[in-house]
Amino acid sequence: MTTITEILDIQAIRADFPILNQEINGKKLVYFDNAATTQKPTSVINAISHYYNFDNANIHRGIHTLAERATRDFEASREAVRDFIGASSIEEIIFTSGTTQGINLVASTFGRKFIKEGDEIIISGLEHHSNIVPWQMLCEEKGIKLKVIPVTDLGELNMEAYQNMLSEKVKLVSVNHVSNSLGTINPVKDIIDLAHSFGAKVLIDGAQASSHLNIDVQELDADFYAFSAHKLYGPTGIGVLYGKKEILNAMPPYMGGGEMIKEVTFEKTTYNELPYKFEAGTPNIADVVALKAALEYIAFHGKENIAAHEDMLLHYATEQLLEIDGLKIIGQAKEKVSVISFVMDGIHPQDIGVLLDNQGIAVRTGHHCTQPLMQRFNIVGTTRASFAVYNTTEEIDRLVAGIHRVKKMLL
Amino acid sequence: MTINETQDEIIEEFELFDDWADKYEYIIDLGKKLKGFPEEQKTEENIIKGCQSRVWLNARQENENLIFEADSEAIIVKGLVNMLIRVLSGHTPKEIAEADLYFMDKIGMSSHLAQTRSNGLASMVKQMKNYAIVYGSIKS
Repeated sequence: MTTITEILDIQAIRADFPILNQEINGKKLVYFDNAATTQKPTSVINAISHYYNFDNANIHRGIHTLAERATRDFEASREAVRDFIGASSIEEIIFTSGTTQGINLVASTFGRKFIKEGDEIIISGLEHHSNIVPWQMLCEEKGIKLKVIPVTDLGELNMEAYQNMLSEKVKLVSVNHVSNSLGTINPVKDIIDLAHSFGAKVLIDGAQASSHLNIDVQELDADFYAFSAHKLYGPTGIGVLYGKKEILNAMPPYMGGGEMIKEVTFEKTTYNELPYKFEAGTPNIADVVALKAALEYIAFHGKENIAAHEDMLLHYATEQLLEIDGLKIIGQAKEKVSVISFVMDGIHPQDIGVLLDNQGIAVRTGHHCTQPLMQRFNIVGTTRASFAVYNTTEEIDRLVAGIHRVKKMLL
Repeated sequence: MTINETQDEIIEEFELFDDWADKYEYIIDLGKKLKGFPEEQKTEENIIKGCQSRVWLNARQENENLIFEADSEAIIVKGLVNMLIRVLSGHTPKEIAEADLYFMDKIGMSSHLAQTRSNGLASMVKQMKNYAIVYGSIKS
């Protein structure tokens, strides 16, 4: 039995998330789909409505008071993000629509300019489709070879195989910090150091890591780090791409338009400085502003405290679930965040999902946008329960009871 | 029995259940009872890919009528497929193409046809109608 002295008052935290206080199919909602998106605290919701109620204006260049306020808050959010990931300068913080756009931006600009026919890109077998397909598209276009780090039976990356793949031909390594399907925490520091020793740049997909782990891009020495706001209690539709200044400066722009230019004539356009060079068009201002409220929410409770609580939930759930006959956890890496994927003998994940939903329990079922990983384990999909700061052991008990009920109904 | 008579019959059957679990246990039972779909028919051509689970559908003509056979990996989908076949199979292409499938909504299962489920069931209904349109046009 896991015992831990809780520093956080989880009931008080739950009260910050109004959406949790509702019934689904007549039962109190248990929300275990946090790896897909987390719920939002009142402070984030209020930041969005405050922006539209009092401060809305288009940012930069406006000389009126509202434009100044909107610009000030937008840029304050950039500074908060810089601090959150330990970047050295706000010039290295590019707002995107999410992790997917961040990866596509790097593929389209860095990839097109610096990776050539005969070169190689390394990804891993744990990747989300959004960290596979942009590279496949680039490889197809330019005759680049895509290599994949194999996954072990425990759901960890085979680091020996990775080392053997590296050579001077490799120009980019793009892997996730944490696997969305299995919860595995990858040794990204080692991955980056090894890649750098061959002169390759490294992009880290931090979508699943950003709400659980402390991120320090300088300590990691990551060349690019991409993540989404909505997985860390922030709004949907925005994300961040961190890139080292000298690399971003060398890269061509992604999209053309307003904001990203310095001067336009029909003969020649000069581009704006970082980070604006990569932020064409009016951005999603309200949600960028609200991202700061999400980062403040995390900072207020302390990332270490949140991680300790989630870790307790992970261990408790792992113990409880393994007691269910016929249940097998996919992904038993030594280092994991609070994500549990499992399969059950003779039961399709979709049936589990439907029958748990009828008991008010929200989990995710299917391939989790990682079809190659599912093929690796020779399964059609899993049921995935993923925990956030507001979840409790009582809710895990509900899940366990729910699965017993599902078994009784189906077998 | 017409398509609508079968639908009304199913709606009546479901009126007996006052609890979600009873309803689903019945559907699961229907899933288990669905006639075996031959393995050799589980071809790429017959597959309807959903994000969550795969559904196989095969159609053939007997006299004037279309006969459907189907299968799924997931048992609840299979139970729902069983009911769809009970409603539509054995009718003329014209009747099938024009059928208004209201029973799923009335028995509280319309969410399974919603896009979010991504289970191939909505695509299967569409495919059944497409078969009806194709067979209907061949005849005329």
